[in-house]
Amino acid sequence: MSQDQTNLLQGTLDLLILKSLIAGERHGLGISRRIQQITGGTFVVKPGSLFPALHRMEEEGWISSFWGESENNRRAKYYRLSKAGLNQLEVETKRWGRITWAIAQALETS
Amino acid sequence: MSFHVKVRSFLRNLFLSRRVETDLDQEVHSHLEMLIEENFRAGMDPDQAQRAARIEMGGVDQVKEQVRDARTGAFLDSLLQGLRFSLRKLRKSPGFTAVVVVTLALGIGANTAIFSVVEGVLLKPLPYPKPEELVAVWLTAAGLNIRDLNPSPADYIISREQNRTFQDIGLYKGYSVNITGLAEPEHASGLQVTDGLLPVLGVIPILGRSFTRTDDSPGSFETVMLTYGYWQRKFGGDRSVIGKTITVDGSLRQIIGVLPWDFRFAGPDLAILLPLKLDRTKLFLGNFSYQAIARLKPGVTVAEANADVARMIPIMLRSFPPPPGYSRKMFQDGRIGPNLRTLKQDVVGDVGKVLWVLMGGIGLVLLIACANVANLLQVRAEGRQQEMAIRAALGATRGRIAGEMLFESFILALLGSVLGLGLAYAGLRALVASAPTGLPRLNEIGIDGTMVLFTLAVSLVASLLFGSIPILKYAGRRLGTGLREGGRSMSESRERHRSRSVLVVVQVALALVLLISSGLMIRTFRALTRVDPGFVAPSEVQIFRVDIPDTAVKEAERVVRTQEEILHKIEAVPGVSSVAISMSVPMDGNGWYDPVLVKDHSYAPGEIPLHRYRFVAPGYFKTLGTRLVAGRDLTWSDIYNKVPVAIVSEKLARENWHDPSDALGKQIRSNTKDDWRTVVGVVGDVHEDGMDKEASNSVYWPILEARSESNDIDVRRYVTFSIRSPRAGSESLVNEVRRAVWSVDPNLPLADIRTLDYYYKRSMARTSFTLLMLAVAGGMALLLGVVGLYGVIAYSVSQRRREIGIRMALGAEHQDLVAMFVRHALGLTGIGVACGLLAALALMRLMSSLLFGVKPFDAVTYGTVSLGLIATAALSSYLPARRAAAVNPIESLRAE
Repeated sequence: MSQDQTNLLQGTLDLLILKSLIAGERHGLGISRRIQQITGGTFVVKPGSLFPALHRMEEEGWISSFWGESENNRRAKYYRLSKAGLNQLEVETKRWGRITWAIAQALETS
Repeated sequence: MSFHVKVRSFLRNLFLSRRVETDLDQEVHSHLEMLIEENFRAGMDPDQAQRAARIEMGGVDQVKEQVRDARTGAFLDSLLQGLRFSLRKLRKSPGFTAVVVVTLALGIGANTAIFSVVEGVLLKPLPYPKPEELVAVWLTAAGLNIRDLNPSPADYIISREQNRTFQDIGLYKGYSVNITGLAEPEHASGLQVTDGLLPVLGVIPILGRSFTRTDDSPGSFETVMLTYGYWQRKFGGDRSVIGKTITVDGSLRQIIGVLPWDFRFAGPDLAILLPLKLDRTKLFLGNFSYQAIARLKPGVTVAEANADVARMIPIMLRSFPPPPGYSRKMFQDGRIGPNLRTLKQDVVGDVGKVLWVLMGGIGLVLLIACANVANLLQVRAEGRQQEMAIRAALGATRGRIAGEMLFESFILALLGSVLGLGLAYAGLRALVASAPTGLPRLNEIGIDGTMVLFTLAVSLVASLLFGSIPILKYAGRRLGTGLREGGRSMSESRERHRSRSVLVVVQVALALVLLISSGLMIRTFRALTRVDPGFVAPSEVQIFRVDIPDTAVKEAERVVRTQEEILHKIEAVPGVSSVAISMSVPMDGNGWYDPVLVKDHSYAPGEIPLHRYRFVAPGYFKTLGTRLVAGRDLTWSDIYNKVPVAIVSEKLARENWHDPSDALGKQIRSNTKDDWRTVVGVVGDVHEDGMDKEASNSVYWPILEARSESNDIDVRRYVTFSIRSPRAGSESLVNEVRRAVWSVDPNLPLADIRTLDYYYKRSMARTSFTLLMLAVAGGMALLLGVVGLYGVIAYSVSQRRREIGIRMALGAEHQDLVAMFVRHALGLTGIGVACGLLAALALMRLMSSLLFGVKPFDAVTYGTVSLGLIATAALSSYLPARRAAAVNPIESLRAE
C-alpha cells in the first residue's frame, strides 16, 4: 500500500474514532460499535486496526486512557478526547470536507 | 505540537516496557471477553459466542504485535531484540567470542593508539587562535648551501617596518639564564622575545601585562614575564607577584606578567620571557641566529608572503652596515632568499613520515586480524548452514539472515573496540614514554572524543570487512545445498576451501611486508651502532654545564682560571679518570658552522668553506676518547698565553692537505680580521650532528683566544664539563661534583646534568622508536598469521577425517599424510610470500628516508625474512597436521 493511501485511510479511521468520542468516554468495543452505528454499518473496525490506532493516537496526545468499569461491571480501558484531540477532529473534519468536495466535483464533471 | 508527549511515550515504552505490556495484554483480553459477552447476550450458545468473538478479534497475539509496531520506538525495540539474540548466540560459544574479541582488540587498540599520536602530532591544529595564519619565518642561503637560515635582527626590523603581508612579526631566541636570590641559585631556560611575539601568537597573560615597545627599547627598565609552571613552582601561584623583582644573570628585573598554563611554546621547562632589546642604531647585517613567527593578513598565502620577504631582503642588505671584517658583497654572494612555511609544518617537521609509516604498518596488522576473524566466522557459518537453510525454507529473507550475521559481526567488533580502547589507553602511555625526545607536540597526544569516534569508525569498517565475507558465501546460498550438505558431512568441496586459503595468503603477504620493514629498521639500527661516533663509551662520560656570568667574574682570563680550578677540583673526586672543558659536546645540538679560511688557498668567488666550530681546553680528546691522529693536544700554557693555535679533524685535514700529518704547521683563520692560527694537532672524525649524519670537518679553537671572530679577547663563559668515570650517571657522583663546583663558587648553578650517552641515544631515537613500533607490529602480524595458518590446517584436518581414513585404509603412510597437509600450508605460504615480496618492493621505497646503511631492497633482509616466515609456517602447520596421522581409519569412517 502506498504512503498516500495509508494516510487517507488512517486519517479516516482517526476521524471516526475522534468523532465517536465526542459525546464522552468509551472503551474499545464501545468505540467500535459506535462507529458501526454512526456509519450505518458501513465501517466495522476490527481490533487489529482499532487498537494500534488508539495507541498511536494516545501517543500523539489526542486521546487519553484510564481503567474503568464497563456497563456490565467489567474492568475495561476507557478513552477520552483531549483538547489536542478536539483540535485534531476539527482539522480532520475540514480535510475530509475538502476531499469529499473534490471527489464530488470530479465525479460530476463528465 | 506534541513533541514532549511523544518523548514521554517513547521513554515509557523503553523503560516501563513490562507495565506497558501488561496493560496491553489486559486491554486486549477484556475486549475479547466483552465480545464474547455481547455474542452470548445476542443468543449464541457459549461455544459459538467464543468462536465468533475470536474470529472478530483475529488473534490476540497478532493484535498485540500490531499495536507494538505502531508504537514510537518500534524500530529500536526490534534492534534490541536482535542485540539480545546475537548476545545469546555469542554467549553460547565463549571460546570463539573470546578469541575474536581479543584479536580485534589488539588490532583496533593498536590503531587507536597510533592514530591518536598521528592526530595529536600531525592533524590537530596548533593551540593558537587562527593557527593557519601563523608562519615560521626562515630564510635560505643558496650561495652558502644552507637550506634553513635563521633570520637576523636586521631582517626582523625591515620586515616589521616594510612588509605588506604580515599583521605583525615577532623575533625570539632561546636564552639560558642564572636566576639567583630565590633559594638555590638556579639555571633556567628563558626566551628573549620582541613585543610582537605574544600578540602574534594570540597569547594573553593571565596576570599582569605583555611586553610593549617600551620594554623592547634599549635603556628602558628591565622587565620579565613568568611562565605558569615557573610561577607555580617558585611563587606558589602568588597573585601579588606582579611588580616584584627577581635577579636574572645578576641584574634586577621587574615581573610584569604571568603566562597562561597552556602556553607551551618552547618546551615544558621554559621559565621566563625577557624582552629582546635591539638597538637599531648599532645593528649590523648578519647574526642569523634568531627565530621568527609572523601572522599573515587574512587571505594571504605563504607563497605571497615569501614573495614579500624576497622583496625586502635587498632592502635589508642596503639598510645596515656589514660587520667589521665582512663586506656587503659577501652577504650578497650568500644569495639569501625567503623560506617561510606554516608554523605547523615547522613544528611537525619530518616526523610525519615516520608516523605515517607506522600508521600504515598498524593498519596492516588490523587487516590481518580481520582476516583471522573472517576465517573464524566462516567456520562458524559453515556449522550453522543447516540452521540457515531451514530458516530460509521457512521464509526468512536473505536480507534478514545477512543482516543478522552482519549485526553479530558488528557486536563482536564493538566488544573488541571497547577492549581495544582500554589497550590503547595503556599502550599510549608506554608509547609516549618511549617516543623520541624530538617528537613534537607530545603533550597533545591523548584519548579523547575524536579517538572514541575513530575507534567506532574503525570497528564499523572492520566488521563490514570480516562480516561480509561469510555473508557473501553463505547467506545467498540456494536452499537445497545447505540442507543436503549439512545432512551428512562429505569431504570438503574445493569451493568451500578456497576463500579461507585466500585469506591465509593475504595474511602471509601482509605479515611479510611488516616483517621486512622491521627487518630493514633492525639493519639500520645495527648500521648506526656500528658507526664509530668518534668517541668511546659515552655512558661513562658525565656531562653538565656551568655559566660564569660577567657579574660574577669580569675578566676573561679569570673566567678560564675559575673553570680550570673547578676542573681540578672535580679531578680529585674518587673514580674520575679525566675531566675536560669545552663549549659543547657532540650531538648536543649546540655549536655552529662558520667559515674557515686556509692560508695560501684561493677561493672561488662566493665560496665560503663552512666548518663545525668547537672550543676546547686541554684534555677534551682524551676524556671523550677521540683519537689523536697527528701532532699534539692543546696545553694550558697555549690557553693562558693565547698562543694562536688550532686543532682540526682528520676529514678537514684530508680535504685540504691530503695527508693528516701534512696539516701540522699550516695556518687557518675564521675571517680576514683575525690572526692566522697554526694547526698543531689532527684528531679523529666525530659525528657531531648525529649518528645518521656524516662526520663533520671540524675545527677546535682554544676556549680563550685573542683577536678571534672580530673580538679582541674571546672567552667562553658558558661551558660544558665532561667527566670520564665509571660512576657517570649516578646521583652520588653528581652530588660530589656539585660540591666540588660550589667549593669554588657557591653561586654557580649546574645545568643539563646528563651523560654523553643521552645525546648519543637521542641521535638514534627516531630509528629506535620506529624500530620498536614496527617490530611490535611485525610481531603481532607474525603471531596472527601463524594462528591463522594453524587454524586453517587444523580445521582442514578435522574436516577431512573421512578422506584421511580412506587414504589410511588404502595404505597411506602416516608421514605421507602429514606431508600432504604441510605441503598444502607451504603452498599457501609460498604464494603469500611471493605476493608479499611484490608488495614490499612497491612499498619499501616509501621508507628509504628512514633507512641508514641499508638499501630499501636489501636482499639479505628480504631473503632472511622470507625463509624465516616459511619455516614458521612449516612448523605451525606441522603441529595440526600431526593430528591427521592420529586418525583411526575405522572410527573416522564409522563416525556420524
